[in-house]
Amino acid sequence: MEDSLLSLLIWLPIFSGVLVIFIGNNRANTARWVSVIISILVFIMSLSLYTSFDSSTHLMQFVEKTSWISQFNINYHIGVDGISMPLIILTTFSTILVIIAGWEVITKRCAHYMAAFLMMEGLIIGVFSSLDAILFYVFWEASLIPMLLIIGIWGGDNRVYASIKFFLYTFLGSVFMLVSLIYMYNKGGSFSILDMHNLELSLVEQGYIFWAFFMAFAVKVPMFPVHTWLPDAHVQAPTGGSVILAAIMLKMGGYGFFRFSLPITPDASLEFSEIIIVLSLIAIVYIGFVALVQRDMKKLIAYSSISHMGFVTLGVFTLFLAYKPDAIEGSLLGLEGAMVQMISHGFISAAMFLVVGVLYDRLHSREIPTYGGVINSMPKFTGFAVLFAMANAGLPGTSGFVGEFMVILGAIQANIWYGVLAASTLIVGAAYTLWMVKRVFWGTITNPAVATLKDINAREFSILAILAVAVLVMGLYPQPVIELMHTSIEHLLHQALTSKL
Amino acid sequence: MEKLYLTIALSPLVGAIFAGFFGTMLGKTATHVLTILGVLISTILSLYVFNYHVLEQGEVFNQNLYTWMQINNLNVSVGFLIDNLTAVMLVVVSFVSLMVHIYTIGYMHDDTGYTRFFSYISLFTFSMFILVMSNNFMQLFFGWEAVGLVSYLLIGFWHHKESAVQANLKAFLVNRVGDFGFLLGIGLVLAFSGSLDYMEVFSSLNKTMNQQLWGLDIITIICLLLFVGAMGKSAQVPLHVWLPGSMEGPTPISALIHAATMVTAGIFMVSRMSPMFELSDVALTVVMIVGAITALFMGLLGIVQNDIKKVVAYSTLSQLGYMTVALGVSAYSVAIFHLMTHAFFKALLFLGAGSVIVAMHHQQDIRKMGGLRKKMPITYWTALIGTLALIGFPGFAGFYSKDMIIEAVHFSSLPYASWVYVAVVVGVFITAFYSLRMFFLVFHGESRVDVHIAKHLHESAPSMTFPLIALAIPSLVIGYLTIGPMLFNGWLDNAITIASSHASMAELNREFHSAASMIPHAIQTLPFWMMIGGIATAWVFSIYRTQWADWVQKKCHRTNYVLESLYGFDRFNDLVFVSGVKKLGNLLYKVSDVGLIDKILVNGSAKLIGLVGKIVRPIQTGYVYHYAFFMIFSLLIILTWVLFAGDNPLLKL
Repeated sequence: MEDSLLSLLIWLPIFSGVLVIFIGNNRANTARWVSVIISILVFIMSLSLYTSFDSSTHLMQFVEKTSWISQFNINYHIGVDGISMPLIILTTFSTILVIIAGWEVITKRCAHYMAAFLMMEGLIIGVFSSLDAILFYVFWEASLIPMLLIIGIWGGDNRVYASIKFFLYTFLGSVFMLVSLIYMYNKGGSFSILDMHNLELSLVEQGYIFWAFFMAFAVKVPMFPVHTWLPDAHVQAPTGGSVILAAIMLKMGGYGFFRFSLPITPDASLEFSEIIIVLSLIAIVYIGFVALVQRDMKKLIAYSSISHMGFVTLGVFTLFLAYKPDAIEGSLLGLEGAMVQMISHGFISAAMFLVVGVLYDRLHSREIPTYGGVINSMPKFTGFAVLFAMANAGLPGTSGFVGEFMVILGAIQANIWYGVLAASTLIVGAAYTLWMVKRVFWGTITNPAVATLKDINAREFSILAILAVAVLVMGLYPQPVIELMHTSIEHLLHQALTSKL
Repeated sequence: MEKLYLTIALSPLVGAIFAGFFGTMLGKTATHVLTILGVLISTILSLYVFNYHVLEQGEVFNQNLYTWMQINNLNVSVGFLIDNLTAVMLVVVSFVSLMVHIYTIGYMHDDTGYTRFFSYISLFTFSMFILVMSNNFMQLFFGWEAVGLVSYLLIGFWHHKESAVQANLKAFLVNRVGDFGFLLGIGLVLAFSGSLDYMEVFSSLNKTMNQQLWGLDIITIICLLLFVGAMGKSAQVPLHVWLPGSMEGPTPISALIHAATMVTAGIFMVSRMSPMFELSDVALTVVMIVGAITALFMGLLGIVQNDIKKVVAYSTLSQLGYMTVALGVSAYSVAIFHLMTHAFFKALLFLGAGSVIVAMHHQQDIRKMGGLRKKMPITYWTALIGTLALIGFPGFAGFYSKDMIIEAVHFSSLPYASWVYVAVVVGVFITAFYSLRMFFLVFHGESRVDVHIAKHLHESAPSMTFPLIALAIPSLVIGYLTIGPMLFNGWLDNAITIASSHASMAELNREFHSAASMIPHAIQTLPFWMMIGGIATAWVFSIYRTQWADWVQKKCHRTNYVLESLYGFDRFNDLVFVSGVKKLGNLLYKVSDVGLIDKILVNGSAKLIGLVGKIVRPIQTGYVYHYAFFMIFSLLIILTWVLFAGDNPLLKL
């Protein structure tokens, strides 16, 4: 099984998705059970990626390679390293949660809903494990389709606008990426991503390729100023869609910077790093203020996502300025902090959207003023909500702290002012998160409907509890995750610092 | 030993977990027995640790427990540094916490959140232990924020009160402002020394010292940033605004968190960092001045407060200012000494206030009290001890610590030290005035108690009076007993570094003969008479001629206004930071995000495409003769241009 483990992880959920469609909406319960069993199975299988992973090498592992379109030298070439492997496990983990989260809530076309998430799981694992650029591109674009459908079919009132905006925005970005991939094929004769890492490129070529990649990845992350699709998509998406969008799809953008931008265009990355840093800092500070004034909880969390993802791009691009020949820890702090931040944000944003989902399922409102005093009727739920809010505000002991801490420490070594601006999230992030907590959870009940709310049931409790454990374990003991990625990141740092000119 | 230290830290955590998750299942009695047992274990072991480290001069323990993060040569671990400073802190924290746990049984008796409350205070005790036992900056920051979290939860404990949930948000955010500076300080420490471990950082200070940033020594910047953190936690002006609001929480936590332990974390931290602060006179001067401002001006506010808890809260601010002044003049051990005596007598005063509040059915206005002395004898006598300790009456605990701070300032050679000396001496008068004013108004004079309440007025339950007595004893004797060994016999020497140029402690040592001899000597000193003056003034205004107080208030209505509006800090913050930031957020959201980026750029480009389509659409009619006409017409134009344009490049082909 070891030899085709990755293929199994990609195709098992996709074909199971097809199966679930054939089970049909009329047999919703069967569809639910099949989906949840498959997703758990895939998760367990993905854990064997972790257990038999060799973290002492940066080389690709679990590699599979067969010819796909031989005329253009396109291969079905997949494999993982310490950068992609944690993201794959995050994907399989989150998929279980969204399938359970949609259990009773989704009554309309239930089988199709479950199928969409299973297929998306396979496609996203495909994105993270592709080592062939065309294969990557196909998975990258294909993963848009289930999400488009999820927003478009199960979304809110304005779902069509949001889904089209989502699709066009992200599609526009990735077209430029395709162009640059073809350019590099013409030059080097290979679509292998690892070959592209070694492709000789002039600074001008690198510049064009860098910005083409940037278009694709920045939209996905999303970075300021191409972020405005995200609040709309989140507000309209069903809870499960928001969870996958925030927890995993945004990470595809961050992953792109690690896998493509830095190693393929190291000199352009250095050249333009300060622009990216400034955009990241704008995302952190400016978006923080924007989040503060949101009335819609999902919008608030969506903006908070943008702000937190700013730490990912900040951490990636401070590596050049933080670099000292005798001490590379500063650069590594940024890069590894960015990775940790991605995983942590996967947990926390998922949890935050699920928290809003729990309330939305009951009162069908996302507006903050609808609530107030929720603790009085839902004490257990409030406990979870406060924990996740604190994690969102980067409280030490939760995973939210680790990534931010590492990135800020790295940023200070690059330039103290980067550190100052990034650290301002300590205040602003706490302000928007806890102000929301105050208005929604604390206080007396003003809306009589809130008094009738029932506390979370066993299903909701278990989802939130699993995430709570994940958030705390990663906050108290992040070393295993860091160790997992360290060798790959160090190799990446080496690639990024080696000029191609 | 490692297991022993772990047990100290973890036993309250175990209690907190049980109380938090299974409290409702276990019931009230089992919950408080369990949590008290946890803290009791910590207290006993802390005393053992104190004996081992301080009295028997055992070896300093500095060991990592597990690696939190390892990136090449950068190791960030969770670990313990147990030296004498830690040992003293452990005893203070565990003892006060134990007393507060016991007191809570009575105080929170009828509260629906009984088990939740025990869970929180045990969790707090754990966090505080982690903070003081840390051997590195990451864990320090963890403890630092963890106590902030519990403080947040406890201030908002009565979450149905709007004022309480407003206050806890404010407390958290103001603390975060401090933590912002603190984190940057930690970041610079790492950037310039390459480590977050205390000992490694301290040993690489020589390397760090020579570097500059913004025209200042890097060490000065680091110290100032770390001190911003201390200003948040230890409520120094202008980050003090959260502490009075924190009184919204139940009184036991005001005693434990907002008087005895958490708010002194900043004092502890600066003492821990003494090897760094000693290298920067600039930073020390700033520390001293901020402390003096807090000590004097926050004390003044205590005079105009009428809420019993608020008076004690402003007194806490003022005393924290005294401790900070001591740090500034390099008298770290004196700061820790005052921290310790203050922890005992201020916890006592708060718990005493709580006892009064319960008896008064949660009436907190001291103008509606009076004459409680006879009804509540234990509370009265213990409060008297606490008050005398606070104002520094000779022989009481606070006398020794405060007198030493004033003397240390006297000997300091820092710039502005003479001004600071004036501030701390005047502060003695003010302290005595507001303390005794409250004391007289509550316990002496005519009873102004509401008749319904007066009928049921009685002494509090034993679970509440026992802690009062247990805290009154150290408030009485701890200063006398420990001043010699703690300040001059090297109890804290293995934790604190003092540069030879900062002579305050050496001078104090030369002056000091014995604890007993300080008492008769006190009568010849200015602070003593300031204190007597304060007592006398308080007596005149609150017992002898109460109408004079109103008369003075009217005469000095401007000063009164300034004091009652708390110097306008709250109004300024509301205007600038609360409304200002909301306005800025709205502006950015509506104008820039929705308006410019989304409406104009994003939807604008979609519309542009639509518009172009609309314009171009009529041309695509589908009739062949239209297309033929366009082709011929275009050809005509092109040919004309080719033939008649002057220096057409095409013609040169």
